[in-house]
Amino acid sequence: MKTTPARTWQTIAIVLIVVGVFLLAISGYLAPALKGALDPLVSVQQWLSSRYLAVAEFLTVPRDVASLRQRNAELEEQNARLEAQIIDLQSQLREADVLYALLDFARSRPENVYKAAAVIGRDPSPFLHYVIIDRGSDDGLRYGMPVVTAQGLVGRIAAVTSSAARVQLITDPGSIVNVRLKNGQSEVQLVGSITGDLTLEMVPQDITLAAGDLVLTSGIGGTFPADILIGQVISTRKIETDIFQTATVQSAVDFTNLRAVLVITNFRPVEITPLLPTQIP
Amino acid sequence: MIWANLLAIPVLLILAILQIGIVSRLPLLHGTADLLLLAMIAWTLQRPVRNGWFWALLASGLMALISAISPLVPIVAYGATTLLVQFFKRQVWQAPLLIMLLLTMVGTFLYHGLTVISLLFGGTALPIKDSLSIITLPSILLNLALAIPTYAIMRDLANWIFPQELEA
Repeated sequence: MKTTPARTWQTIAIVLIVVGVFLLAISGYLAPALKGALDPLVSVQQWLSSRYLAVAEFLTVPRDVASLRQRNAELEEQNARLEAQIIDLQSQLREADVLYALLDFARSRPENVYKAAAVIGRDPSPFLHYVIIDRGSDDGLRYGMPVVTAQGLVGRIAAVTSSAARVQLITDPGSIVNVRLKNGQSEVQLVGSITGDLTLEMVPQDITLAAGDLVLTSGIGGTFPADILIGQVISTRKIETDIFQTATVQSAVDFTNLRAVLVITNFRPVEITPLLPTQIP
Repeated sequence: MIWANLLAIPVLLILAILQIGIVSRLPLLHGTADLLLLAMIAWTLQRPVRNGWFWALLASGLMALISAISPLVPIVAYGATTLLVQFFKRQVWQAPLLIMLLLTMVGTFLYHGLTVISLLFGGTALPIKDSLSIITLPSILLNLALAIPTYAIMRDLANWIFPQELEA
């Protein structure tokens, strides 16, 4: 009888072991063992992959920077263009707001005829408070016409050319406006100053002034129409020994940001100088 | 000389527009710079310039036209300043920058002084001390700040108009 060589038995054993392991793996009995063996491998693979990607990204960065720079330049240009558009639109919006306010004001007083004008400059002398507007005698403007905004009285026209006019603001040190207080019947004078502050003068001591009192034009003197708002009293100065008391007035108009005004063209100031009494020697 | 006179018209017109449109809206306290005065002094200080009087006349005419101040004020103030510039130019022209600063101070003070006198004569009540502290001194400061760049610009203009005289 011929004996089977040992090598054959070895081969058969290996095949049986492999087949057994294969069958065990298929049937799921080796899952825990496989998991334990594969997890470290997966971790190693993840680490390797992430490092590879990092190195690859690093090597391709110069190309990305160039494209990013180009894109950044494009976006910056677009941003600058949009910012310019925003500024332009904001400017137009502010102008429209001013014009709408003036239009509302003009509609609220239909008895007056208005001519809108833009403020194009200020008097070069810092001692004077005058503005220059872009309407003149060609537009029907005449010397002495009152100038207002939606907030209140601005001043009156002091000089006119064919296409421009100079307006003396009520804050000018040479300006005197006859006014009345809304709460009372007292009629007093409002004068300007070099600092632009408005002061009520010639106020009799028996009149009670209080902060918040509204100040309106009185119409006396014929320089301005009556009942145009000027501002409100913010503080008073009363000394018993003085004949008159004074008060500081906060103007309703912001004279530092005056952009557009309305000229009342159907009001003609009355020249009362010839009627004033003169001394006869 | 004709070019120097012609140059005065656009330069002073542009400066007048800048003055009423921008500079007058940028006060320091209540004082503002005076571009026409600065340009007039800086131009007249240039060595080859002989037409300082024309610039003074034109600047004062423009100021009288655009400002509500009495026309005599800019005419007298700018004329007197030009006279001083001519005098100093003849005496100490070797240090024109120092003279520019000095005449800027003197010119501003002169102009404001005459303005105050004019307003007081016109019946406007002006507190002199306040006028000095919140208008005149800040105006002098602004004018001094602008004096050097104005001088540099006017020197370039003079180089352009009078190249032969400067080279000689």
